[in-house]
Parts: sequence; structure tokens; C-alpha cells
Amino acid sequence: MSQEKKITMAHGSGGRATNDLIREIFAQEFSNPVLNAMEDAAVVPGNGKIAVTTDSFVVEPLEFPGGDIGRLSVCGTVNDLLMRGAVPKYITCGFILQEGLDMELLRRIVHSLAVTACEAGVEIVAGDTKVIEGKGGLLINTSGVGFVQEKLCVSAANCQIGDAILVSGYMGDHHAAILSQRMGICNTIQSDCAPLGEMVRALLEAGIDVHCLRDITRGGLGTVLKELAEASQVTMAIEEALIPVNAQVRDFCGLMGLDPLYMGNEGKLVAFVAQEDAGRACEILASCAYGAHAAVIGRVTDEEPGSAYVNTGIGGKRVLDVLFGEGLPRIC
Amino acid sequence: MTDISYKITQMKSWLAAYDGPDISVMEVCGSHTAAISKYGISGLLSPKLHLISGPGCPVCVTPTGYIDRLIGLSMEADTTVVTFGDLIRVPGREKSLAEAKGEGASVVMVYSPMDILRLAKEKPAQHFVFAAVGFETTAPVYAMLMEQLVEEQIANVQLLTALKTMPPVIRWLCEHSGKIDGFLAPGHVAAVTGAELFIPLAKRYQMPFGVAGFGAEELLLAVYGTFRAVQQYRECGMAPTVKNYYPSVVTAQGNPCAKVLVEKYFEPCDALWRGIGVIEGSGRRLKSEYAGFDAGSELLMEDHKKNQACRCDQILMGRALPGDCPLFGTGCTPLHPQGACMVSEEGSCHQYLMFHRTR
Repeated sequence: MSQEKKITMAHGSGGRATNDLIREIFAQEFSNPVLNAMEDAAVVPGNGKIAVTTDSFVVEPLEFPGGDIGRLSVCGTVNDLLMRGAVPKYITCGFILQEGLDMELLRRIVHSLAVTACEAGVEIVAGDTKVIEGKGGLLINTSGVGFVQEKLCVSAANCQIGDAILVSGYMGDHHAAILSQRMGICNTIQSDCAPLGEMVRALLEAGIDVHCLRDITRGGLGTVLKELAEASQVTMAIEEALIPVNAQVRDFCGLMGLDPLYMGNEGKLVAFVAQEDAGRACEILASCAYGAHAAVIGRVTDEEPGSAYVNTGIGGKRVLDVLFGEGLPRIC
Repeated sequence: MTDISYKITQMKSWLAAYDGPDISVMEVCGSHTAAISKYGISGLLSPKLHLISGPGCPVCVTPTGYIDRLIGLSMEADTTVVTFGDLIRVPGREKSLAEAKGEGASVVMVYSPMDILRLAKEKPAQHFVFAAVGFETTAPVYAMLMEQLVEEQIANVQLLTALKTMPPVIRWLCEHSGKIDGFLAPGHVAAVTGAELFIPLAKRYQMPFGVAGFGAEELLLAVYGTFRAVQQYRECGMAPTVKNYYPSVVTAQGNPCAKVLVEKYFEPCDALWRGIGVIEGSGRRLKSEYAGFDAGSELLMEDHKKNQACRCDQILMGRALPGDCPLFGTGCTPLHPQGACMVSEEGSCHQYLMFHRTR
């Protein structure tokens, strides 16, 4: 990272280059104990515990099967708050509009954003709009505030040996939907863009012993598991045969040379719960609107702290690292 | 236990228990290297069995001179270089296309060469150059593109070719690398050319060729079958041959339409392989009657190592493993690649690092 003079697309991939950029540029200037923890949302002192997060949305196309940038910009922020066990309450929205943006399109996106905020149970309490030169595009930044229940400790550093690892559904849907759209490939793959409040609430209300939650966004499940293994100093061991992947997404990935384990979602989480709660947690997730294909995919072990691996269908072992680069489709 | 899982168990126990003389099988295709990592197949092998990655990743064997020429074109006024994604980060002599793009070069990433037709029609005053790299697998798509360019008389598209073919480089490897006992033949290439492409090579060099697919079971079957064939040749003198382990996709003769189309537009030529050098007759170029569609490919003979310590050349030839390179994982990483094997997701070094492979 320190060798580079210019920003490249890899800096936005969510993998190692993004981490380097954050560590070497932003964390240098913005350093404080809360940001340094590198969690999905900051938990800051106040009247009770407050969770705070921010996220920017630059997706193209602005509308895609299963969602749009408005819905995405609520889900992304709300889900980050939820992953700390917080109840999301307020969000702010900053819009950066490019000259030439279609008014009707903007109206649809703003509407979608409002509807999603309502679904997620958050109020939009502050906003800002700027216009810049460009080609009719639109960027959105949202910040969110939520309240954390006292005594609750859901954290990236809290995965415990023996925990069951659950995912809330199919891997890679959002990424595959966006890529299909960009490439003009006809299929019925839909983005999974969704707020995860119902699932998190249901898990906590049922008294499931939840140790860690993480939404699986850029970088995919592989990157998330490796990062959490390092944060908690444990080993993540998952079974390939148990990972839920939509058949169409699997075929799409096969065709493009992509790997569902490294494809982003916008409405999926990975949960680490006490082994004895695994079955019940899976049933709870599966009963939620966005959790139909939830599955227990593995467990946390003490084999090699900081590592993650998959037992493959034919009995091989594949080590998981964070995504390097952009996950570009290959030539042949 | 089903028949298939019984067979898999049998194959796995043979592969794990083998204790005869060492056997090395080269997987020539980059997609096979990636699939072997993905399914954890190398971890199933006895220490006496070795899978070696070969020069079958098109990005990895593209010389620096080609990248430099693409960068030069992308910096020219009114010229846009159009390329597949995994080529844009390959280092040229000084920089990659991605770095050039950051400095204002015009580079567009596409998923199919046919996308260039749309770009060319949208901007008729702009000159578009497609970075036409690849093996027998990709050549038919460039031929299809040529068909459209000729038919629609599109004048603002050219190809900068660095196309390569498999048999000459396999021949070269058989004659220059003493370590190889057999080959996993590339399934995608064979789908176009037919499995029989490898028969003369199997006969001449007395080595088995297993045409392999990319699913876990079919790849495992080909790995097992090819190692076994080497053993049977050594122990019983059973003549090595070409075996098609990918019959759902590969036929003996391949795809005749694709072959005819490629012959229509391209002819054999010598080609420069990154880290290896010039191999006679191992390339394809546009025929002279289509020279107007060529962006200057014939002049490309330059290949410079970005870092002298880089051992990509030895790795591509199967003489060294990625871990043998002093730069591996330290001076050379996917984010700061010194050699092309670290750039492509299917490059040997990238695969070994990403999947923490040691063998």
C-alpha cells in the first residue's frame, strides 16, 4: 500500500487493499479507540450504550433486480448497527447527485429509501444534498445510530471455541445480480438487499447465546470468516456441502470464474452461537422473511488461531484468506 | 455408500497411500490450478505424488512488451484499450494498465470481446483496441468478433494479438523440463480442438494425457487416472495414451465450426512467452488480408523482468514451486505483483499464496 501513489479500483474491493487503505490513510488521521476496533458499528458512551456507523453507496446500476441504491443505503447502515446487537433508531442521509440525474429516477430511489427505513424501523433524522458535475449518477452516504442492550456483548472478538457457525441464506446473490445486470446477462438472480433487524431481534428475544454477528458484504463469506478468526484468535472450520448457494448463482460463478465464497451480499449475516443453541437458532433464522435458506455451516475450533478453512465436498481441505484484489472475471 | 462415493474413496486412498517412485504430473491449465486449490486436491496426495502448475494461464505468459504496447496505445489521443479484467493489473516494464488508467489512460474492462462492437458504435470517432490474449479456448471468440467487424465494416476496432496454442509449448516442456511424467490436459482447450490434439504428443514423449474437467469429482478422477497411467507405464510398460475424463463437454474431434472460423482469420506464428522465450509456431496472428484490423502485434518481441529475483519463468516451466521464489508472499503479493503468476487469480503464485498451498 505504501508503495502506491494513486488510488486503484482494488482499494474499493473490501479485501486486503481496502484494509491497507483504511489502516494507512484513514486510521492514521481519524484514530481513536472506537474506530480502531474496526467493528461494523462503533459503540460509544452516552446515556446507555449507543452504536454509531456510517457507510457510502456507489453502486451501478442505481436500480437492479431486487433493490436499488436507496434500499441499499438503508440496509447497509442498519445492518452494521444490528451486527453489534444494537437496535437501529436513526439514520442520516447525504446525497451527492451528478448533473443530469433523471428526476423520476431520483424520486423512485428516495421513495425506496423511505420505505426501507420504515421497514427497518429507523427514522431519517438528518440529510444533505450536493450536486456535482458528472453523467447523471448518484452517490449516497448514510450514518446510523442505535442503542445497545446493557450486558449484551456481540463482537467480532467474541467468537468462542465450540460455537456453531450459521449463515442466514444463499451466498453471493447481490454480487451476482449486479454483475449480471452490468454485463447484460439475462437471468432471474435477484439481489438479497434487505434489513436484518427481524432476524437479530428474533435471535436475541429467544435468548439464543449469540457471541458474534457479521453481515456478509464485500469480500464475501471467505473474507468475513478469516477476519473474524483473526479478531477472535480462533479457527473457523466450515463444510462446503453445507454452504447454501442458489443454483443459478452457482452456475453464473462457474461461468465467470468467480467463487460464491468471495461474492458480496447485502442482506445476509453469519452468526456465531453456543453449540447447544445451533438448531434452535437455525430454525429462528429460517422462520424470518429473509432467512428461508439459513443453515449451520460449521464450527469454531482451536486448531490454529487466526485461520479459516473449508472441508471440500471430496474431502479436501481449502484454506480461506481474505479476498485479494477485485475478484475479476477471468479470460477463459 | 453410493457407487460414486465408493469410487471416490478408493481413488483417495490410492492417492494418499502411493509409495512408489516420485511421479510429477503437470496441470497446464490455470483453471485447473485454481480448481485443485479450491477442492483441496493437493492435500489428498501422498508426498510422492506431485501436481505442478504449467504455463496455461494466458495472463501469466503474456510478455511485458505486450503490456507496454497496450499502455502506449491507451495513452494515445482518441484511443481506448478494451480488455478482460485480469489483464489490467499485470505489470509491464514500468507499470500496469491499471496504473496507467489512474494516470488518465483510456482503458475499459469488458466481459466479452463482443462488447467492443457496442463501444465502437457508440463512439465512431474513437479508436478501440482489443487486448486479444488467450489460448485455443478464446481464439474462436476473437474470430467471431472478426466476422462481425468484417461483415459490418467497422473501421474503428483493431486487435492487438498475443494468442497462443498449447501443443508447441507442451512439446517445448517435454524437451526442456526433465521433471514431468504426465499431463492433465486442458479441458476448455480440448472442447474446441478435440482430445485427439494431444495424441501425437502422448505417443512422441511416451506420457499420459488426462483431459480433465473442472468439477471436483471429474478432476479428481483425471488426477487419479493420470498418476495411475504413469505408474502402469513404469511398472507394466502399458503404453501411455490420451484419456478423456471430460466426455460431457469434450469430444475426440472438438468443435469443427470454431476450428474453421479460427482458421479463416488466423494463421500460426512464433510467439514470445513471458519468462520462457520464443517458441516456434506457438502463436496465432491475423492473416495478412486482415492486417487492417491488427494494431501492431508483429513487433512484440520484448520481455523484461520487473524484478530480477522473480522466478516466474522457472515456475511456469515446472522447475520451481511458488514457495521457492525469494519474493513469494513478501516482495511479491497479489496487490504488489512482481511477476504475472501473482497477478492472475489463476496464476500459480496467486493460487499458492491465496490458498496457503505448499505443494
